[in-house]
Amino acid sequence: MSRALQSIGRSAIGWLLPALLLVGWEIASRAGLISANVLPAPSAVGSAFWKLLLSGELLENIRISTLRALSGFVVGGAIGFGLGLANGLSALSRGLTDTTIQMIRNIPHLALIPLVILWFGIDEEAKLFLVALGVFFPIYINTLLGIQGVDPQLVEMGRIYGMSRSQLFVRVILPGALPSIFVGLRYALGIMWLTLIVAETISASSGLGYMAMQAREFLLIDVVVLSILIYALLGKLADALARYLERLSLQWHPAFQNA
Amino acid sequence: MTAATITALRSFADTTARVTVPSRERKLAFSFRNVTKQFGDKTVLQGIDLDVHDGQFVAIIGKSGCGKSTLLRLLAGLDKPTSGELVHGAETKDQKPTRIMFQEPRLLPWARVGANVDVGLTGIAKGREVRQKSLDILAEVGLADRSEEWPSVLSGGQRQRVALARALVGHPSILALDEPLGALDALTRIEMQQLLERIWLSKKFTAVLVTHDVAEAVSLADRVVVIDSGRIALDLAIPVERPRRHASPELAFFERQILDQLYKQKAP
Ligand SMILES: Nc1ncnc2c1ncn2[C@@H]1O[C@H](COP(=O)(O)OP(=O)(O)O)[C@@H](O)[C@H]1O
Ligand SMILES: [Mg+2]
Repeated sequence: MSRALQSIGRSAIGWLLPALLLVGWEIASRAGLISANVLPAPSAVGSAFWKLLLSGELLENIRISTLRALSGFVVGGAIGFGLGLANGLSALSRGLTDTTIQMIRNIPHLALIPLVILWFGIDEEAKLFLVALGVFFPIYINTLLGIQGVDPQLVEMGRIYGMSRSQLFVRVILPGALPSIFVGLRYALGIMWLTLIVAETISASSGLGYMAMQAREFLLIDVVVLSILIYALLGKLADALARYLERLSLQWHPAFQNA
Repeated sequence: MTAATITALRSFADTTARVTVPSRERKLAFSFRNVTKQFGDKTVLQGIDLDVHDGQFVAIIGKSGCGKSTLLRLLAGLDKPTSGELVHGAETKDQKPTRIMFQEPRLLPWARVGANVDVGLTGIAKGREVRQKSLDILAEVGLADRSEEWPSVLSGGQRQRVALARALVGHPSILALDEPLGALDALTRIEMQQLLERIWLSKKFTAVLVTHDVAEAVSLADRVVVIDSGRIALDLAIPVERPRRHASPELAFFERQILDQLYKQKAP
């Protein structure tokens, strides 16, 4: 009982500072210390949120942005994971593709935006392409590193006990690579939102980034701040989900025991 | 010591070449025939001849880098001899596998203890049978109630016992052990030695134990083979009744001979 209270207390303490900041911000705004043209009060952002929620505009934009983020993530993640596996397991595949991939990696994917707009216009493909490209590298590299880092003694053990190639993969190699793959996953989720924000801000006719840009044109600073907060929230949500999956599948790892 | 044992000991003391253990019509477990192993142009094992009978407990001793692990890897089929041949006895269809245990337990950290033991039945048993056999063998190594734990919560000695259970669950005819107790503290070592002897006595497999601990070798083995510069320098039978007492004068006698061989560099 008291231990439960303690743990609630411990997690509550982290929220103390943000809450104080919020209250301070509200007071400062009301006292006129912060001009509403620079930063609207939290209550103003709250009411903008309410208005957009009621009109359905907010949810629609969140839906569109999430869909874009996820589809780009699935495409880029799947290709990165597949190539990471292939290159981790086969020296031939690695020899064939790794140098090329490392070369492309040196181009910041956001630098491709002008080119991507020329190719795809401001259609969905443009966003999908950019997000997929951004997500691809962290997933690819960490999958590859994970597989290369699997303890060769364990692989030898599996062979000694007569595991087939597929058994070896499922029971030894993949679980051994998983911690590294999760690092890539969480990193990729961060890049996914970042890429989407930039892409939507520059070229889109819907979505959260577009909503923020429209609001900027009409000087609706409360909506701009709201969009930023929602991006932060969605990013946090994705990370929490990844952490949850990580905890679930890495129960064996000492780092996740008794935590 | 009786007069008879003293005579027996003398005769062993005179022997630095091979000693043929009274075979009692036993089957051959395996035989190295003029086996040589080279890595590049470095000769690690040279002209090894070694016959081991079924159910024998052989200890292999030698200085670090003398080729003990290489010998075991050949025995377990993890490497092939450069020349010569390795013959396994009783080459029948239901040939039981040779298992090897290492200094590191090599457990899968992401599989629970029971599932790690299951690995030892890969391709041997399926379904329910697997779990039952695993639980049985875990009970034999004294870990019956730990099958649902993660390996990371076990002590070093317990992990090595899980590895032993995994090696034995498929009823191997030969168990090769490469310094399996090397990383354990002295007290755990003695416990593990007793466990190993007890299980060997009940399961009757052929045991080949590489160790750098001479006392361990003489207290466990029927026969101690000393390897030096890639050759068998001494092949010594240890005809001492079991259960043996650690550091008894009888064992000390054999220990002395082995140490002499190891450090005096070829007594005449
Ligand atoms: N795969 C290998 N490639 C090259 N040299 C090896 C290999 N395995 C073992 N050796 C060499 O063979 C010698 C004997 O090694 P090893 O059998 O491991 O010795 P021990 O187990 O007796 O300490 C060492 O000098 C080692 O460097
Ligand atoms: Mg060795």
